[in-house]
Amino acid sequence: MVPISYYLILSGILFACGATGFLIKRNIISIFISIELMLNGVNLSFVAFAAQWHALSGQVFVFFVMVVAAAEAAVGLAIIIAVYRTRETLNVDQVDLLKL
Amino acid sequence: MVHLILFLAFGAVCVAGAVNMLVQRHPINSALSLVVVMGSLAVEYLLLGAEFVAAVQVIVYAGAVMVLFVFVIMLLNAGVEERTKGSRVALLFGVPGMLIGSVLIGWVLIERTGNPVVPAGALPGSPKVIGWLLFHDFLLPFELTSILVLIAIMGAVVLASHPDSDQKEKI
Repeated sequence: MVPISYYLILSGILFACGATGFLIKRNIISIFISIELMLNGVNLSFVAFAAQWHALSGQVFVFFVMVVAAAEAAVGLAIIIAVYRTRETLNVDQVDLLKL
Repeated sequence: MVHLILFLAFGAVCVAGAVNMLVQRHPINSALSLVVVMGSLAVEYLLLGAEFVAAVQVIVYAGAVMVLFVFVIMLLNAGVEERTKGSRVALLFGVPGMLIGSVLIGWVLIERTGNPVVPAGALPGSPKVIGWLLFHDFLLPFELTSILVLIAIMGAVVLASHPDSDQKEKI
């Protein structure tokens, strides 16, 4: 028997770690990994609330979040490849112009 | 009791992986610690009774998405990230800001949700039930996601293809 707040605290910790990584990381791939961590933290709170309110639609929403995250990963990594091809760097501080 | 021990053990692995992801400077180490986080999150889903979500988490997230990440890191030959002026400012303001924010979020969650207890496997989310829901109540969103995935595939191909490859073909 685990209180629901434990799951919420764990999901909050994961989300905070992801947001911190998003702020302090300078490598564009590491920033993208941090976004995935944030999505995972939110998914855990979805499943925990689904268990609390006995509503299976919470788990269906997690499925949709995963699909969107997978699509986002594919497009995002393609954008990273395109950025690297034109700038030859992965550091976000050096990617500050919209047009070369 | 066993439930609580399992939750705490895999929760600790989860948090350790997340912190390790923050500390590591090389993207490949961050990616591999994210695999650890995702694997232990799958166990947490199982503890909540979400069998389908746990299986999809392992297959889609820890499998497909992370393979994509590792593949791109290897392809671009990403090295250790260098510290710049911007990253020091972010470190100075980002970490305290996130600490304050997460404490606030945690306080609100605990104050507002009360403290109900969930037994192990509280809400069995077997593939059969989830599939029924997906094809009845959530049929329209489900079909829309298929269009989204199709667009994502085409977008990834267009973005990652070499810019002057089609011009060479014409010549």
